[in-house]
Amino acid sequence: MAGYLFRRIFQAVLILLGVSFITFVLLYVLPADPVRQIAGRAATAQTVENIRQQLGLDQPFLVQYGRYLGGLIQGDMGRSYLQKTEVASLIASRLPATLLLMAGGIACELLIGLTFGVIAAIYRGRLLDQGLMVTSFVAVSAPQFVVGLLLLYVFAVQLGWFPIGGYGTFEHLVLPSVTLGIMGSGWYSRMMRSSMIEVLRQDYIRTARAKGLTRARVLTRHALPNAILPIIAMIGIDIGIFMGGLVVVESVFGWPGIGQLAWQAIQRVDIPIIMGVTMVSATAIVLGNLLADVITPFIDPRIKMR
Amino acid sequence: MKKLLCSTALITAMALPVAAQDYTPDPKATPGGMITITYKDDVATLDPAIGYDWQNWSMIKSLFDGLMDYVPGTTDLRPGLAESYTVSEDGTVFTFTLRKGVVFHNGREMTAEDVKYSLDRVTLPATQSPGAGFFASIVGFDKISNGEAETLSGVEVIDPLTVQITLSRPDATFLHVMGLNFASVVPQEVVEEMGDDFGKNPVGTGAFKLTDWTIGQRVVFEKNADYWREGVPYLDGVTFEVGQEPIVALLRLQQGEVDVPGDGIPPAKFVEVMNNPTQAAQVVEGGQLHTGYITLNVGMAPFDQLAVREAVNMAINKDRITQIINGRAVPATQPLPPSMPGYTEGFDGFAYDVEGAIAKLSEAGLEDGFTTQLYVMNTDPNPRIAQAIQQDLAAIGVTLEIRSLAQANVIEAGGAGEAPMIWSGGMAWIADFPDPSNFYGPILGCAGAGEGGWNWSKYCNEEIDAMAIEADSFINPAAPERLAMWSQVYQDVMAEAPWVPVFNEQRYTMKSARMGGDDALYVDPVSIPINYDYVYVTE
Repeated sequence: MAGYLFRRIFQAVLILLGVSFITFVLLYVLPADPVRQIAGRAATAQTVENIRQQLGLDQPFLVQYGRYLGGLIQGDMGRSYLQKTEVASLIASRLPATLLLMAGGIACELLIGLTFGVIAAIYRGRLLDQGLMVTSFVAVSAPQFVVGLLLLYVFAVQLGWFPIGGYGTFEHLVLPSVTLGIMGSGWYSRMMRSSMIEVLRQDYIRTARAKGLTRARVLTRHALPNAILPIIAMIGIDIGIFMGGLVVVESVFGWPGIGQLAWQAIQRVDIPIIMGVTMVSATAIVLGNLLADVITPFIDPRIKMR
Repeated sequence: MKKLLCSTALITAMALPVAAQDYTPDPKATPGGMITITYKDDVATLDPAIGYDWQNWSMIKSLFDGLMDYVPGTTDLRPGLAESYTVSEDGTVFTFTLRKGVVFHNGREMTAEDVKYSLDRVTLPATQSPGAGFFASIVGFDKISNGEAETLSGVEVIDPLTVQITLSRPDATFLHVMGLNFASVVPQEVVEEMGDDFGKNPVGTGAFKLTDWTIGQRVVFEKNADYWREGVPYLDGVTFEVGQEPIVALLRLQQGEVDVPGDGIPPAKFVEVMNNPTQAAQVVEGGQLHTGYITLNVGMAPFDQLAVREAVNMAINKDRITQIINGRAVPATQPLPPSMPGYTEGFDGFAYDVEGAIAKLSEAGLEDGFTTQLYVMNTDPNPRIAQAIQQDLAAIGVTLEIRSLAQANVIEAGGAGEAPMIWSGGMAWIADFPDPSNFYGPILGCAGAGEGGWNWSKYCNEEIDAMAIEADSFINPAAPERLAMWSQVYQDVMAEAPWVPVFNEQRYTMKSARMGGDDALYVDPVSIPINYDYVYVTE
């Protein structure tokens, strides 16, 4: 177990190193000059050169990367080019909002996805099943920008049940969580449906029915716990999928998370922020996967760690 | 004292036509109330030496003051922290007398030392100020910018309330420069204590002070009760909510939750808003010092030929492009916008003339047309405008490939001289200060034509450059001969057609029904979107 963990953590570090290198290369070759963004349109050539020197952007690529990595190891992600604020504090102040939204999104997708999946499995092949599967197909394909605005318009503007964007209370959390969760719910309902159908075919289910248990009891006590197992491992992977959706959902709802931060930084070529958010997201994804792998053997003894 | 008398004797006080009419406060204005402004993007910084986007520009204006200021709602200069000033006869020595008893938000009194410190700071390379170049006419600027000096030798503290600034050459725009945010007076002890975090903890002398900044959510300003201007501001405070999509901001305004959407009315909703009488009444329209243009790179074939540049100028249907943006602009004939001093009335530029354009092309030996690329920023409505340009050019046999890119990439391609044509939308020039010189140097003059400069036509005419320098060496910025020279500069530029001036965008500010104050305050040419110091609420 310890050996396995050590090996996985070593791999994770390698992955993060690779991510940092590739992102740095991409930002380096980007045909947009961050110094020009800082210097503004009225700057003289002298000002531009001064800024380039101060930021060390006149140095060769490997020196720049080495410096960045050196800082990163010491926990220093640098300062934003345009805001001059420390990237670490910018991310730290926004991370709680993103984590909250993620938790909300996961709760929503599980709630919607699992419910739909179970119902579809029970009514397998019938109209209800087909209806739910079409719905989940639509949910997977719907652009989050559109879903978000639609929910906002109907439930916040027309019905007034929720605030129109913003952050702070539970009411603020509902619509962005649902928007984020709807896409994932499509996947979960399909996964849950097939997992459930698989389980319902097992001998022990027939045994349980045969010994006289009610249909409902068989479902809740015997089928559901077993069908859910493979689903739980997916949650870790979800964190990675969510990162992309967060950028959109946070923008639509004015949610002060790191997705919004990344989006603004990309537009302003604020490289330290882009690097910082990428590294934090990559770390979250790697940890999420690691966590999924580590907990799976505990919930499903058939899978062993090697 | 003797020294002072001596220097005073050398100075001839000159009455300049500045601040002829100061602002008359609205008699109906009532103090009190908070307003809410929304923005999509975070506020980048509130450091006046660093902030240079249209979002933080007006915010910084309300937190800080400079020696000069503008009459609210106009482009007329008026004294700010300077109570008065004199200019030497040759126009190179400005002596400013500061107001007594002005205090920073931290309670300390502002003095001439602070003025000197602030000007040194903005020009020091370590500050990385995008506005440093504006101060190039002050004696000692070269030394400070190449690291040979720590302070500007041309800025002298005569006594605690007098500061004297010596220029290396007369500079008609100097008083405007002293009205830029970059020339704001900052307290040295706070800047030094905060270091790079001053932009998040700004302390100035302005009408408002910062009380809360929650990253990604809101910035809150509170009225500065000790503000040195009597009676203002009216508002108790302003809340800037960030991270709000313009479309969401509009919905919230309609629900009464927002007073002014800072990013304006979303283009897709414009017609809907204007067709609704109640909502249209909440929209204030005004001009702005803006020109949208197409650059033609004179360093690249076939735009190295004048006839081709003229042909493109004649082929563009500016009225149709104006319609594409729902008529939110007026077609342009020249680089300067109509409200800018020096604008040439009655100058027609190039009229829309497809036949004439085709004739010009055959004059250049290109009767079969050619293929070229147009770079354009990838946000609406710019790609749609690019398509209109594409169709216009197709009519004269020119095939246009559209390169729709992020803003930073277009700017990079333009600076590097790689783009044959660029549509300036989304990056277009809005004046830093209301003076005709501001539309020349960086975007049409030789200074901006180098690698990385904003003169994307790479057009450089040394004769016109010389005339521009001469025009800027006047002492009085509003001298009729000076404005006539600037008018000539732009007519000469247009004779060589390095640009297609397309339109001058109008500004539309939407406000909640409870907002009061002159309409001019809502389309203030200097404070975009609105002048926070002078507006008020009626409930």
